[in-house]
Amino acid sequence: MAGSIEMTYREALHKSMLEEMDKNADVFLMGEDIGRYEGTFKVTKGLFPKYGHRRVIDTPITEAGFAGIATGAAMAGLRPIVEFMTMSFSILAMDQIINHTAKVHYMTNGEVKCPIVFRGPGGAAKQLSAQHSHSMEGWYAHVPGLKVVCPATPADIYGMMKTAIDDDNPVIVYENPGLYTVKGIVPDDPEFKIPFGKAQILREGKDLSLIGYSRMTHVNLATAELLAKEGIEAEVVDVRSLLPLDTETIYASVRKTHRAVVVYEDWRSGGFGAEIASRIGEDCFDDLDAPVIRVGGLNVPMPYARVLELQCIPDENDVLAAVHKLK
Amino acid sequence: MAKQAEKKNLESPADLEQYYRDMLFIRHFEEKCNVAYRQGKAGGYMHVYIGMEALAVGWMHSIRKGHDNVITAYRDHAHALLLGTDPVAVMAEIMGRKAGTAGGKGGSMHIYDPKNGMFGGWGIVGGHIPLGAGLAFASKYREDDKVTLNFMGDGAANQGVVFETFNMASLYELPCIFIIENNEFAMGTRLEYHAADTELWKRGAPFGIKSERVDGMDALQMKKDAQRIVDWVRKEQKPYLVEVMTYRYSGHGAADNDRQLYRTKEEEAENLKRDPIKRLEAVLIERNIANEEKLEAIDAEIQEIVEKIYAEADASPFPDVEEVYDNIYSDMTVEQGH
Ligand SMILES: Cc1ncc(C[n+]2csc(CCOP(=O)(O)OP(=O)(O)O)c2C)c(N)n1
Ligand SMILES: [Mg+2]
Repeated sequence: MAGSIEMTYREALHKSMLEEMDKNADVFLMGEDIGRYEGTFKVTKGLFPKYGHRRVIDTPITEAGFAGIATGAAMAGLRPIVEFMTMSFSILAMDQIINHTAKVHYMTNGEVKCPIVFRGPGGAAKQLSAQHSHSMEGWYAHVPGLKVVCPATPADIYGMMKTAIDDDNPVIVYENPGLYTVKGIVPDDPEFKIPFGKAQILREGKDLSLIGYSRMTHVNLATAELLAKEGIEAEVVDVRSLLPLDTETIYASVRKTHRAVVVYEDWRSGGFGAEIASRIGEDCFDDLDAPVIRVGGLNVPMPYARVLELQCIPDENDVLAAVHKLK
Repeated sequence: MAKQAEKKNLESPADLEQYYRDMLFIRHFEEKCNVAYRQGKAGGYMHVYIGMEALAVGWMHSIRKGHDNVITAYRDHAHALLLGTDPVAVMAEIMGRKAGTAGGKGGSMHIYDPKNGMFGGWGIVGGHIPLGAGLAFASKYREDDKVTLNFMGDGAANQGVVFETFNMASLYELPCIFIIENNEFAMGTRLEYHAADTELWKRGAPFGIKSERVDGMDALQMKKDAQRIVDWVRKEQKPYLVEVMTYRYSGHGAADNDRQLYRTKEEEAENLKRDPIKRLEAVLIERNIANEEKLEAIDAEIQEIVEKIYAEADASPFPDVEEVYDNIYSDMTVEQGH
């Protein structure tokens, strides 16, 4: 086994794409301001000078158009990685992604593959207000034909991005603006990959399961710290992959702790966490000592004022309050 | 001869001074917004209009304020201020205060003041263009004689929905003026890297929309062109497409610290020579409407006004936490809690 390096989520993501581009000449990048401007979140910094405009393509602000062009290129065998400056803008491309990209393999009776990655940050950053703060992962994870992953750590984005690029199906790699500066240990191994459909236990505990993904996994870890001070041992389940979903790991945790709180940043009502909660309710009914609780974002458009915005996004105090209600 | 022609178009000294004051007001207001951002009193994405003042001033002086409609993207402070929106409410919105135009819920990108004809303030590039045509549709429907100014950036002019709207606006003969504020950049992407044909005004032609390109760095010329076009659209009840050439001196947004990635210092310096405010200053002096002293006095006066606006906005309270649930529907509330 090779060694490992500490780096940020942003660096891990960048490294992952760079290595895959080196390995496979069919891999190319497309998106707004990703080349000369190095990307709004600087994820693609340095790639344009290295690969030039043939493989790092600055697009006009035409999300539907370039999502579709990239899909066509994938149908022809290339392996595009499409960046959405923020996932809120991917809403403009949803017709392409849902009506077209996700249906290629199915409607050609399996004859045409569509190896494409759509990635970008979703969820609230800081005071970007109502049109720029959407959590879209649940929308995509609703669609058969797409795979959706929400890595929370540098190692996971590194390994899952590689898996996504290698996958012959459309994959949504869902990042969060709050994760880019998170640091962690990443294997120093260009062949490192994390398979989809595998959740992980980031902290063991016996009293309850805190289940989440993306940035909320960090909120859950922080909550577990607070709970530990109260003598409550929370297990933190990082779902990582929404579609496919690793119910086995989630259920095993719930069967051990008998209590489950599902945490997600998206609107509480109808978000992906509701899907997880519902499955636990259906399949682990006899193992539960309390109803499964959801902790989600407030059901309101994201407000600008920081005092209001902070209220909307679940934090450790909100999760803590939910846990206390469980007892 | 040439002199005679120029004389005929000469506007009153009071008009010229007003344009000057308006431009200067926007400049100082926007500079103060930048200060607010640096001090952490404003956040999120904030885009100022520095360098582009003549454009909005020319158009807003050509419409019937409070009667006609205006809609634009997120670079929206100037449009609202010129329509007569309370500047304290605009600054308060930018600072996320209760006294803001949207009660602090929108921020810089989302300034609305429908009473004065200001319909936003939208953050999705190109997304509001059909809405603007819809405002014009309502005018046609009601025969209310309103004209709609539908502003967008050069980058926005590529969005598919914009072309769909051009087609329908022409098909339904809507009294809508599509104004492309071509400041040569879409965030960090130069015009020639995002547009196959950089003469954006030509995009009206395939849809039978009367179209032209005009200079937006000269307030007087802008006003003349704008007035002519507004009058034409009001009379003919048909759409119009105008590409206005301008330049932004600031970064794309307050968070853009990477201007060197898409333009050189030399280019910026070259464009500063076209500063619309300096240009009108020269006219004021040349026509003996003002001398250096008077210009300095006006500048001081406006800076003081802006300071007062800032102080008043800054003294106003933040929203109450309960307000988070307000105004999602007109007649019901949402399920509360996490
Ligand atoms: C649909 C969509 N895609 C991307 C963005 C991010 N974005 C905000 S402004 C902007 C550049 C727009 O440039 P332009 O239309 O020329 O307007 P300007 O900022 O120059 O006034 C981009 C890419 C967005 N807000 N909406
Ligand atoms: Mg522009």
